Amino acid sequence: MDFPPIALLGQAVVNGIFAGAVYALLGLGLSLSWGLLRQINLSVFAIALSSGYLTYEMSSRGFDILLALLILPPLFFGLGVALQWGLERFKVASFNSLLITFGLTIIVEAVLQLIWTADVRRVESHYSDIKLRFADLFFPAPELIALALAVAVSLALWQVSRRTDIGKAMRAAAEDPAMAAAFGIDQNGLALILGGVDAAVAALGGIGIALVYTLAPSQIYGWLGVVFACVMLGGLARPLGPLIAGCAIGIVEALTMTVASPSWAPLVSFSLLLVVLLARPGRA
Amino acid sequence: MTSFNRRDFIATVGSLAAIAPLGALAQKPTGQPIRVGGSLALTGGLASLGLIHKLVGEMYVEQLNQRGGLLGRPVEWVLKDDQSRIDLTRTLYEQLVNSDKVDLLIGPFGTGAILSAMGVAQRYNKAIVHHTFGIPELAKYDQQFASWALGASPEVTMPKNVLDALGSVGKTPKTIAVVTSKFPSVQFIAIGARKEAEKRGIKEVLYLEWEFGNREFGSIAGRIKAADPDLIWVGGNALDGNQLLDALKKIDYQPRNHFHQYPSPGPLAAAPEGNNALTVTIFENHSPFTDTPAAAAFAKGFKERAKAANLPYTEPETQAAASYAAWQLIEAAVTATKSIDDKTLSTWLRANTVETVAGKLRFNGPNNTGDDLNRIKQVQGGAWKTVWPAAYATSGTRLIAN
Repeated sequence: MDFPPIALLGQAVVNGIFAGAVYALLGLGLSLSWGLLRQINLSVFAIALSSGYLTYEMSSRGFDILLALLILPPLFFGLGVALQWGLERFKVASFNSLLITFGLTIIVEAVLQLIWTADVRRVESHYSDIKLRFADLFFPAPELIALALAVAVSLALWQVSRRTDIGKAMRAAAEDPAMAAAFGIDQNGLALILGGVDAAVAALGGIGIALVYTLAPSQIYGWLGVVFACVMLGGLARPLGPLIAGCAIGIVEALTMTVASPSWAPLVSFSLLLVVLLARPGRA
Repeated sequence: MTSFNRRDFIATVGSLAAIAPLGALAQKPTGQPIRVGGSLALTGGLASLGLIHKLVGEMYVEQLNQRGGLLGRPVEWVLKDDQSRIDLTRTLYEQLVNSDKVDLLIGPFGTGAILSAMGVAQRYNKAIVHHTFGIPELAKYDQQFASWALGASPEVTMPKNVLDALGSVGKTPKTIAVVTSKFPSVQFIAIGARKEAEKRGIKEVLYLEWEFGNREFGSIAGRIKAADPDLIWVGGNALDGNQLLDALKKIDYQPRNHFHQYPSPGPLAAAPEGNNALTVTIFENHSPFTDTPAAAAFAKGFKERAKAANLPYTEPETQAAASYAAWQLIEAAVTATKSIDDKTLSTWLRANTVETVAGKLRFNGPNNTGDDLNRIKQVQGGAWKTVWPAAYATSGTRLIAN
């Protein structure tokens, strides 16, 4: 087997980072709700696909796709707050949250199919024709936008969790709810905010999917495995975790596709997850 | 009556149905309906194609009943949703036979679902006509009949046709890259393309496989660019080809020639990078495909219903034609034999050729296969044009190869 040229390997690394950015946007909400609220919120996938479809709809009606960045995150923030309120109202336990949000995801899939049919959709925008080039490496604009979003959101949430009172309060509530309550931390209020933030980030992930990939209602489940792997590798409630783990998985997948065979990519990335979990069982 | 005369009779019935409002001509069907049972993927991952088959089936049954039904009896289509699930398909066909007690079976579409339904049909000795079965050598049951004329060995005939088509304009490729999904009905044909290329002395510069549902085409595109083949053979389903071409565009690579096995026809034609893409087809909305009144009426009727149903691509092509042809096979066999007995119908189908919108179908080859009736079409100026063989080419169109 001939070893691929350096430019090809370089492009594979770049492609892997781009893929990792989308994984990160999808995984961030899941990681935070799982780590801080002890809720396995699968509805982030439904929210992401819904956001992707709304982006598609806006684009097909002639709106600039970036307008979605202004409209959709606040919209889904509200929905996230409402969902979180419902979960709290009915005191949904950790495992049950997985079942309920999975059920919601199935319902959303059916609604998406009802509105947009099961056809695969693809956003056509002028951004697809824009790309930067450095030496032999190409940086398409849609992927750069998704990467910029992932980096900005991950860094912002990391800073919020480390440096602000609200971030510290959230971490304290996750660490020891009783003690946090004794210090007057409003856990329900914080949970509502976090639920909203998770949904808003998932909406950004949906915009990223619409920019870079295709859309089909059944794709909701196609993202589950690799995003779970990112969350587990990156560690729960670590805002930078999904980005770092996502890029690592993305790069490994892309290099596998380039050096060996594209069909080996999922095998290698999940093997990586197994190795890390076996080597560091306390990671999550 | 000879089989030729029977075909004439059937064609005449079909033509009349197409060109006249036969409500006045035909006897209104009476009595117990003849129940034709089948499933389609009305929900789930394959639902976009399922909708095409549903529209066609509804149109056909409506027209059939307007012209007197079958054997003077109305026809009722018992349609179930298999949710794009192969396991459920099997259960639904069990229900259709045992609980709904349908008279005749019509298949689902897609290789996996058809195989499931075929197993049930075989268990109960029922004939089954089906639409788009991709691996003919797996269809061992002697009472199954495919309306998608792929021939006995599409892994041989499809690559041969594509390379012959390119050769017809003096552009036989010197190098080929075969990149394919591991989807079963796609992959074996891509492997056939490798063999055919080798036989013709075409150098294979790249062979890659990806898992069905793959999203990441950037690395595959990079390897194609590095290999720089004269022809890319894309063994892909649906939007695989679009995604690959998009990834190639992102790295400034324009393929010289590219063939796509089973693309989503609308999106590939609409994408600027889809220009010159080649694929196969059994029906297009132009002469000579539409030369019979029945075919012209099918094309017109489908287009209207597809528009009304808001389908993104409203032109009739392989899926719709295969679906319509399946119903034509049932009508032809029942009308000719004046029977709904499964064995009688199967015997007649194996012995006769039936004129359908998808061409003349015969079932006297291995595994009830006939000829490969696929033609080659190409995206030119944002629309599909049939380019090979010359007799089927869109008027004034020639294959463009580089």
